[in-house]
Order: sequence, then structure tokens, then C-alpha cells
Amino acid sequence: MSSEAASYRDGIRAVLAIAATVSFFGASFGLLARSSGLGIIAPLVMSATTFAGSAQFAVVSILGTSGGAAAAVAAAVLLNARYVPISISVASLFHGPRLRRLAEAQLIVDESWAISSRGGGRFDRRLLVGAGLVLYVAWVGGGEALGDPRDLGLDGAFPALFLALLVPQLAGARERAAALLGGAIALALTPFTPAGTPIVAAAVACLLGLSRSGRPKRNS
Amino acid sequence: MTVWLVVSLVAVATIAFKAAGPVLLGGRSLPIGVRGVVVLLAPVLLAALVVTQTVGGDGRLVLDARLAGVGAGAAAIAARAPLPVVVIAAAAATALVRVVT
Repeated sequence: MSSEAASYRDGIRAVLAIAATVSFFGASFGLLARSSGLGIIAPLVMSATTFAGSAQFAVVSILGTSGGAAAAVAAAVLLNARYVPISISVASLFHGPRLRRLAEAQLIVDESWAISSRGGGRFDRRLLVGAGLVLYVAWVGGGEALGDPRDLGLDGAFPALFLALLVPQLAGARERAAALLGGAIALALTPFTPAGTPIVAAAVACLLGLSRSGRPKRNS
Repeated sequence: MTVWLVVSLVAVATIAFKAAGPVLLGGRSLPIGVRGVVVLLAPVLLAALVVTQTVGGDGRLVLDARLAGVGAGAAAIAARAPLPVVVIAAAAATALVRVVT
């Protein structure tokens, strides 16, 4: 219990560090959108309704480089399709009327989802919703960009965060095998497919979970 | 006009993606066979996110300062550093390598 509480506190601290990073990216999204000629209102509405950084950056840069509307929508759809498996993984945390579940589900983003993950398929609802709200405010609020987030190395912070949250989940052999396979699929597809596709394809590695469920359990 | 069309379509698609699990499956327990698969979603998707955020570009591999950031992050994780320290170490290493190279 005390280690559970400690990891909860650690989660809250991590949320604050991530929120600072996210607000930086939110601000630079606004800046990029404005310089791409999209004005101020449309990017703001987009942040409030889409709330998914990578897809928003993709849309703005495609529209800004005279790419078509269809290409922009297609890129965003591919990038955000990962939220189908992600939202399935936390589906059991959501209760109540459908409309409420639909609204609360919008707080799912990579970072709030990852931080709330507790291993063994468990997720902390308080951390997911709390982190989601903090990150939403940070992303939409954004503020003024002080420069390129890449200059501060902030793009290197996200993979390290996901790695830190992955490592404790690798206790079991099946988890290790599935993570390895998922990572390998993503790596193999990255050079050949549009961004977003490798993550969705990697989800196939979860089918390793079928291997034992049909048979009686063994202790080996 | 085009901008608003794109903004609306992307919003509708994303809202639907995020709501898929909670709206269709929320508040009920899954069959045992499906559970075995869903339990693996977290490690698998986290591993895929680590890979794509480290070396991902649009349709190509990009090896850059992010690799150093993940390396520093991994060292901090191995030293059992708390999460915020891991994140800050990774950002610092990425920024440093980007300045130097």
C-alpha cells in the first residue's frame, strides 16, 4: 500500500513535469499554426477538440506547405488511430451514462494514459483523469512559446517517459515477449509507413495473450 | 473554410477513437480470453511509443539527439531515479547533444 501511495505521488510529480513540457509544445503549435496562415481561433479550437499533439502538428504542417485538406485529414486519422487500442486498454475505468464516458474519454492522451498505467493491465483512474485535465489545460492554454521546444531537448523527454513507464511492466515473460515484438514491429514499419501506422500495427503483438488463455495454467 | 472542414473532421475522428473503448466496452468486465490480450496492450503500445518517439520520422527512420535523451533516460531508470528526474535528464541530454552536433 505504501509503495502504491509512493508511486501515486511520483505520478503526480511526473504529471507536473510533463505538463510544463506539454504547454511548451502547445505554445509552439499555436506559433506554427499562425505562421502557416491558420490564424488564432482555428488552432485553439483544434487544441480544445482534438487534444492530440502529433496529429495537430501534422495537420498544420501539411496545410502550411500547401498540402491538400484530404492529406491533412488522412495523416491525422492515421496518427490518432492508436487511440482505439489505447482506449480499449482503459475501457473498464469508465462508468455511467454513455455521454459521460464519451466526454471523460477525451482526457485520454498518450501521457495521461502512460502515467496512469500500473502494470498487469491495471490503470489508476484518478491519475488518468487528473493528469488528463492538467495536460488539457497545459496544452490548450499553452501561453507564449519561448522558442523551439527542440532546443530544450523536450522531444527527447517523451520516449524516456514512456520507457520509464514500460520497464516496471516487464516483470513477466509474456509481457517481455509482447513488448519486444511490439517494439520490433514498430521499428520495422517506421521506414516504410506514414507516422502512426507502426503503433497501430504493433498492437497485433497483444495476440500473444491468446497463447495461454486457451490452455490450463502451468507454473513454469 | 478548408481549415474549418479539416479541424471538424479531425476532431470528430479523434473523439470517436478516444471514446471507442470507454463507450463500447466501459463499465463491464471482459471475457477471460479477451482480457489476456487487453492486459498486454500497455506494454506493447508503450514499447511502440518508445520506438516511434525515439527514431520516428514521417515514413523514415531519423537518428538524432533523441537517441542520447533516451540513453540518459535509461541510465536514470537503471539508477532508480524518480520519474521527473528521468524526464529532465532525457531532455537535458537531448538538448546538449543537439547543441554539440
